[in-house]
Amino acid sequence: MSSHSHNDPDRTSDAPLLAARNLTKHFPVKGGGSRVVHAVDSVDIELHAGEVVALVGESGSGKSTIARLLAKLMPHTSGDILLEGTAVTARFGRRFRNYCRRVQMILQDPFASLNPIHRVRYVLTRSISIHRGRMSRDERERMLRELLERVDLTPPERYLEKFPHELSGGQRQRVAIARALGADPEVLLADEPVSMLDVSIRIGVLNLLRDLKDRFHLAVLYITHDIASARYFADRTVVMYAGQIVERGPSEAVTQHPLHPYTQLLIASAPDADRLEEREATEATGEPPSLISPPTGCRFHPRCPFAMERCRTDAPPMFSAESGHESACWLYADDAEAERAAAFGAQTPGEAQA
Amino acid sequence: MTITTPQRTQAEPLLEIRNLSVDYGYDDDAVRALSNVNLTLHRGEILGLAGESGCGKSTLAYAATRLLPPPGVITGGEVLFTSSRSRESGDLLRMSDKQLRAQRWRDTAIVFQGSMNALNPVYKVGKQLIDGIAAHEKMSRSAMRERAAELLTMVGISADRLDSYPHQLSGGMRQRVMIAMALALEPELVIMDEPTTALDVVMQRQIVEQIIELKDKLGFSVIFITHDVSLLIELADRIAIMYAGEIVEDAGSREVYHEPRHPYTAGLLHSFPPLRGPKRELGGIPGSPPDLLSLPSGCRFRTRCPYAVDACAQLVPELGGTVFGDEEPHRSVACHLHDDAVDTPAVPAELAVRPEGRTLLGVDPR
Ligand SMILES: Nc1ncnc2c1ncn2[C@@H]1O[C@H](COP(=O)(O)OP(=O)(O)OP(=O)(O)O)[C@@H](O)[C@H]1O
Ligand SMILES: Nc1ncnc2c1ncn2[C@@H]1O[C@H](COP(=O)(O)OP(=O)(O)OP(=O)(O)O)[C@@H](O)[C@H]1O
Ligand code: SF4
Ligand SMILES: [Mg+2]
Ligand SMILES: [Mg+2]
Repeated sequence: MSSHSHNDPDRTSDAPLLAARNLTKHFPVKGGGSRVVHAVDSVDIELHAGEVVALVGESGSGKSTIARLLAKLMPHTSGDILLEGTAVTARFGRRFRNYCRRVQMILQDPFASLNPIHRVRYVLTRSISIHRGRMSRDERERMLRELLERVDLTPPERYLEKFPHELSGGQRQRVAIARALGADPEVLLADEPVSMLDVSIRIGVLNLLRDLKDRFHLAVLYITHDIASARYFADRTVVMYAGQIVERGPSEAVTQHPLHPYTQLLIASAPDADRLEEREATEATGEPPSLISPPTGCRFHPRCPFAMERCRTDAPPMFSAESGHESACWLYADDAEAERAAAFGAQTPGEAQA
Repeated sequence: MTITTPQRTQAEPLLEIRNLSVDYGYDDDAVRALSNVNLTLHRGEILGLAGESGCGKSTLAYAATRLLPPPGVITGGEVLFTSSRSRESGDLLRMSDKQLRAQRWRDTAIVFQGSMNALNPVYKVGKQLIDGIAAHEKMSRSAMRERAAELLTMVGISADRLDSYPHQLSGGMRQRVMIAMALALEPELVIMDEPTTALDVVMQRQIVEQIIELKDKLGFSVIFITHDVSLLIELADRIAIMYAGEIVEDAGSREVYHEPRHPYTAGLLHSFPPLRGPKRELGGIPGSPPDLLSLPSGCRFRTRCPYAVDACAQLVPELGGTVFGDEEPHRSVACHLHDDAVDTPAVPAELAVRPEGRTLLGVDPR
């Protein structure tokens, strides 16, 4: 580990495999003239090989939009997407296809993402032949079996001739993962890959994704509503609010010592059976903000219990705490010591970590 | 019998479900979705109903209130409802339609699964609330509007939202409107089927806090259905765990969390990563929930159960006392490991945790 960046020991390699810089997506409002939905605004995100990054945040905060932009399923409004440091601009042709092979997406709904009229054999064969080109029959057959074995659908012959409706939800999601792996990808973008699955089989699919990540040194973006699963599964966690990143850092730091008031609200709201005795009402109030005319300054200020004057007017930049843990909140400005103490008492979050 | 934990015995039962069975379909290929379910809801209690998708939670709720849509058929059992207002008691399943209609909305209300999408998009929220009240109460239009405003305020929405259309409200607000509608006639029992599942956790927390506050204020009882056991552990007084159409464990929610007795309950608890405390390796439960058309013989969980023995394939376990018998009179489990009459190895320590000091004891059932 000593060769790695000194300020972030959790990174597995220094150069990101896939990165977004100032990534922005505005959707036009139907019949709204020049008004737009600010779905994603100036987002920076980095995915490293062999690392899982969790993307959490409020419903409608732009998580899926980021995944779709990174998968090039739609054009971004501005900003850059960089693969191994090189901006990816191709929208079609060989370079675009090559990008699509290397960056694969797994969707939330294993029921909708597989065509009901195709057998598993067809689904996987198609993925292999689109992305890997011609090969002999034997070679292809071997590869099919290998793909199913990788996702623990064994013995493979039991599953090859099945239709999606003959599989359970967890098995279907495994087929969807095998299909993505068929492209021999380097990046997996998993948008709520387990939220439609039965509770008892979710962990199995997450553990599988983690094993695959380790074995094939994949970079994984894991989008979820479940912050506890981000802690369990992801090396780093990124928190979004209203189209922007408000906090990021090692998952353990983000979940145990959240800095941003929104992250604190999110964590206080999550079910947690171990805190029965000490739980007080979160007194959470307020509604998600409009993304058509987002609040000025910090977008969280209308709901924030600590909002100060400048929160209403100036957008906070990212302030660093420790070990790559940072948050976009004015309470962490150098000159906000008094406000910080007033908000959190003597023990400021983030400083408590050993 | 000495009762060591008397707190449960005081509460009066509000709803008693006895041997309730439900089929979907009418002939040979009917699916048995509920098998001999027994469950009691006490007055003032929040009872949680948990289990995986398809285990029969919604079916139980709808059958118990006779709202089961075809091809659902109640094939047996009774549902006794004892009103605390009229002190009358009756079997909901044997009431005439007229009796039922007169009684049901007054005493029980349901917030249906996915109901926040059931608001009519072309009418204002206020009109929909008022129509709901008008169907059951005789009062003047202005009194009803006042009542509608009061209901909205009660669930934390400002009264000027009466004139909003559903699409102008967020998902969380629409869900609150549905809760307001359920509370319109001051029911004694409110059944909530996954009321927060489609919402994000912050909104979920707001709504759950609201439900608890309203329950304390208005004094109704709740059956809260969800697949999220960790939410129930916080919210519910008692939890019934369902698996493949049966109740496999019924206990206080802290007991379910700290001292599970059924292997499935323990497996479910191992499926949720903890948000705090030490990180532990999790396995979930191997396999997937069974198809109701081809259930395993004996115990329905045995194909996924790490403790299954021969007896589990031969005998159907019944919901009964735990291995600790009279020491735990208020809880029940359906697992042969806990049944003295069935030849099984000792209950594994994991399923025999005792409250005192939370230590693990390997217990011999004999
Ligand atoms: N094609 C589209 N046209 C217009 N607006 C869109 C489109 N897709 C998404 N949006 C809007 O962009 C915002 C971000 O949506 P997105 O789906 O990325 O959120 P999310 O964080 O994935 O939410 P969830 O957790 O509910 O899945 C939302 O306000 C959404 O309504
Ligand atoms: N109309 C129907 N016809 C046939 N089978 C049905 C019908 N409705 C439900 N079932 C079956 O009955 C079983 C119980 O369904 P139910 O909806 O009660 O489950 P649930 O526990 O509420 O699940 P979820 O968590 O997904 O809401 C399921 O296996 C389902 O497939
Ligand atoms: S910047 Fe201000 S309003 Fe925003 S979260 Fe921090 S304290 Fe609250
Ligand atoms: Mg999404
Ligand atoms: Mg249901």
